[in-house]
Amino acid sequence: MIVNNYTIMAAQGLHARPAAALVKLAKTYKSAISLKKGDQEVRLNSLLNLLSLALKGGEVISIVIEGEDEEEAAAAIDRFFNEELKGL
Amino acid sequence: MKEIKGIGVSPGISIGKARWLNKMKGVATGVLLQNEEGILEATILFETAIRLSVEEIEALLEERNASLSEEEMAILEIQVELITDPQLNDDVLALIRVDKKNANDALLEVIASLVKLFESMEDEYMRARSADMKDAGDRIWKNLHKHQTSLQNYEPGTIIIAQELAPSDTIGMDLRYIAGFATQAGSSTAHTAIIARAKGMPAVVGCGIALNDVKDGALLILDGKAGEVYCNPDNEIIEIFREKQARFIRLNEEQKQLKNVPAITTDGTKITLLANIGGVDDLEAINDNGGEGVGLFRTELLFMERASFPSEDEQFELYKQVALRSKGRPLIIRTMDLGGDKDLPYFDLPVEQNPFLGYRAIRICLDRPDVFLAQLKAILRASVFGDVRIMFPMISGAQELRAAKSALEDAKRLLAGSGIPFNAQIKTGIMIEVPSAAITADILAKEADFFSIGTNDLCQYTLAVDRMNSKISYLYDPFDPAVLRLIGFVLDQAAKHGIPAGMCGELAGDPLATKLLLGMGLRDFSMSAATIPAIKKIIISASLEEAKRVYETVKQMDNSETIKAYLKGL
Repeated sequence: MIVNNYTIMAAQGLHARPAAALVKLAKTYKSAISLKKGDQEVRLNSLLNLLSLALKGGEVISIVIEGEDEEEAAAAIDRFFNEELKGL
Repeated sequence: MKEIKGIGVSPGISIGKARWLNKMKGVATGVLLQNEEGILEATILFETAIRLSVEEIEALLEERNASLSEEEMAILEIQVELITDPQLNDDVLALIRVDKKNANDALLEVIASLVKLFESMEDEYMRARSADMKDAGDRIWKNLHKHQTSLQNYEPGTIIIAQELAPSDTIGMDLRYIAGFATQAGSSTAHTAIIARAKGMPAVVGCGIALNDVKDGALLILDGKAGEVYCNPDNEIIEIFREKQARFIRLNEEQKQLKNVPAITTDGTKITLLANIGGVDDLEAINDNGGEGVGLFRTELLFMERASFPSEDEQFELYKQVALRSKGRPLIIRTMDLGGDKDLPYFDLPVEQNPFLGYRAIRICLDRPDVFLAQLKAILRASVFGDVRIMFPMISGAQELRAAKSALEDAKRLLAGSGIPFNAQIKTGIMIEVPSAAITADILAKEADFFSIGTNDLCQYTLAVDRMNSKISYLYDPFDPAVLRLIGFVLDQAAKHGIPAGMCGELAGDPLATKLLLGMGLRDFSMSAATIPAIKKIIISASLEEAKRVYETVKQMDNSETIKAYLKGL
């Protein structure tokens, strides 16, 4: 299992477009991927659940990944939060 | 004539015929499923509707690939995610299996509760997403009932009226024939507003029930900036708006043409055009005018109009917002420049004989380490969110710069001690606005990472003219050879020592000075966002060779009148 923490680096928070991109990305891996904000946790296969967290800019979240391709998934999600999110 | 007031969300004027958008509405039937067979059938019906909906969007994406904007593609991709969402799927299937509801009723119930969920969110943007949810639901519902969504045909110049426009409504339209939108509900962050802006189409939302009186075919004027709709206007009003429309189109074309044109001289030198800002609200104008970042963020506004010094956290929040929204483009934050003409009610600034020569800016900061450290720490903390640089105002010599830099090192140590992240290599520059700093630019260039010339103060100090005193204001003139010589010297020394030197004073945004400054070697201009297009226009039609000739000529002149007359004649 891999757990990584990220700060949402988007002033407006995690909007529909980047959220959809994240869900789409997470779905390409076999591992179970979920996102935790405080004690709320949602599977990253559902845009609805992700949006219902209404993540704001600057908030800290953790990503929990478990499965056979967890390392590849973790690397891709790392790129998403550290690089791609800024361009979305 | 009837005048309707709404919220203008996409500027522009359009004049055309009204046309109501027709939508089909789903109603719950209350019919319960009788047996396993019924449950299976309802499940298949629902799953087929989902599949058809996804195929429909995919077809739309493929068929209109070339004509869809990035924005519209994103909307459709979000819709696919919503339609295929496992949560939605599970909820509907549970209602079918457990509560024996038919597919129609189960779908309507789930969509209604999801729409409500978004509507109840705190964030305005998220609330506006309820329209996306409704739209996704409508699409599934239509497929459940095998209704075909066909592209409607509109007469050219049609103004669409609706209760609210869903993204798929606008995507399904042939927008070439649409002249604008007016809706009863909506906000500036709803997709209709976003699409309208992306297409440069006027739109007014939030018109309320007043729109009910507008009949199909009525003549409408839409003012997408003022947020006004005129129904059946008289000829006089139409004439006025036709003129407004022509003016808007002309201006818009000019700005648009320049916005994405890089500021490069005819002989290929790239010039950087930055904006001076006072807060978050000024950021949008930078994009609109084609600016490339912030050359001066005046933080003193944060200190004014309040009852006490802003806390470190409060400052951090603001700087972070600005840094995030700058999206990696340069952001030069100037530490507070108070005193002089900027007074604080909660800070007992002594009444001085010569406030501009007195206790102000960096002098206050170095005297009050508590205030200074809070600001420095806040800026450092924000530095991980963008290309943040720090700039000290009013530096008069090397010792003062060293004292300020030592305070910055203190702030870094404090943050490092608490394990708070910051950019340890943050670029640290100074304003050159005191003549002593300009004259010792060669010394300062060894210890500063960059210069930014503040022409307003530099001019008043060099010429000994109080710029607040109207009796002697005729003496205040940045084109004076003394001021120009200082600027020239600063630029030369910066170049010699390999550090960038910009300008953030008013002279940088004065079209009369642009060619001269180019010739003097200035490459970074920072000004109010609205003046960027005018300065860019000059830069892209100027050559460095010509600019250098202008500078050589001006150097031979002995007074500002002659210099300005020469520059005007260029």
